[in-house]
Amino acid sequence: MKLVAASAAILVALALQTTLAGLVIRGTAAIDLVLIVVVYIALKSGPVTGLLAGTVAGLIQDALSTPMLGIGGLAKTLVGFLSGVLAAQFILTGPLPRFVLLLLATALHAAIFMGLCVLLDLRQFPDPVPAVIGQALGNGFVGVVGFQLIEWLPGFVDRRRAGRFLKR
Amino acid sequence: MALADIRQRPGVLLGAAILMHVVLISAQVNTASGLPVLQVITFGSFAEVQRGTMAMVDGVRNLWSGYVALKDAHRENDALKHELQTLQVRLQEERAEAQRTDNLRQLLELRERAHLDTTAAEVIAAAASPEFRTVTIDKGTSEGLKTDMAVISPAGVVGRVILPSGRAAKVQLLIDRNAAAGGLIERTRVQGVVEGVGDGSLRMDYVPATADVKPGDLVVTSGIDGIYPKGFVIGTIEQVDRGSGGYHLITVRPAVDFTRLEEVLVVRTPPASREGPEGKP
Repeated sequence: MKLVAASAAILVALALQTTLAGLVIRGTAAIDLVLIVVVYIALKSGPVTGLLAGTVAGLIQDALSTPMLGIGGLAKTLVGFLSGVLAAQFILTGPLPRFVLLLLATALHAAIFMGLCVLLDLRQFPDPVPAVIGQALGNGFVGVVGFQLIEWLPGFVDRRRAGRFLKR
Repeated sequence: MALADIRQRPGVLLGAAILMHVVLISAQVNTASGLPVLQVITFGSFAEVQRGTMAMVDGVRNLWSGYVALKDAHRENDALKHELQTLQVRLQEERAEAQRTDNLRQLLELRERAHLDTTAAEVIAAAASPEFRTVTIDKGTSEGLKTDMAVISPAGVVGRVILPSGRAAKVQLLIDRNAAAGGLIERTRVQGVVEGVGDGSLRMDYVPATADVKPGDLVVTSGIDGIYPKGFVIGTIEQVDRGSGGYHLITVRPAVDFTRLEEVLVVRTPPASREGPEGKP
């Protein structure tokens, strides 16, 4: 069930990401929804699932957008794994820790992705720091809100159903 | 079960995932030379494996050839040593044959030069007693040898026949204590008598003290002894001392190396004269 949910989340994030392709900051996507989903899966399911989710999501994203397969996959694999490790070692249930985690995850992802792109002469990033900071803040904000919604929504629906039942 | 095991080892899974991505990326990247990185890395890695394998094989081969195969090497070494000894013996035989050929050639030259009736003979034995300096040759009366026939070699005078038998003859060497020959100093034509001393050297007597004699002068046969043909080399004057009775005391070094005497010529020509200064021979 978790696998299905994770796969669905990744697919939805990829679909949405393609629609957000036009939203860029200094040549870098302002929000990486796929990364947010990977971090969330890692938070909830641990490092191994995070690793696998990062690998699958990254490779699909590479296949769709990156000129070379594996760069985003490697970056998201490491991010997913480390996020899972951090989630297993620390309590990351509050919005602030998750925001920080998303900031760190974004920075790590950008470092690996941009580093490999420059190393392999695929693409140049003339001013990467503002772009990464912008993306990190965007990911952090969207991620924290998204995480809260996802975790709040099931309880909200249950409460609504229970309230209707009691009114009857 | 296997999946559960892998999940218990996230580090291994991470390593595998990273490796997979690196391989995937490498497969798509070209080096500066235009070759795919994966191919270059794979080839390089495999080449190192090959190098290591070859080093291992060489090591085993060297171990085998250097130690294990020593058994065969020992056998081969023995065979080679035996072959070497055989070849060394053969080489010595060849050298001896060459030396013998050279000696015979010199004898032949001497024979042609001397215009004498000679016969070649081979030294087959030395004297039984060191007191008497004689040799035995393989020619005797059957070859026309007679007593007092001169025996010469390419180097000079050897001696005279003193005891001929049917197929051998005893030759008294000039260095024998009882041997003598008429000699003259080639440079000044001063005559004297050359006698054996017994120790391998010669002494020239009856040379007047007033005569011009000096070391290095060549002494040849004078022919007046009736045995030795005139003009054959006896030796070289080594030392000149003042003797008693108005004569020089002259030491002569023989021209012939009597220790290496192998082939000789026996002069069958009758001597022109049998009169010597002292008539000793």
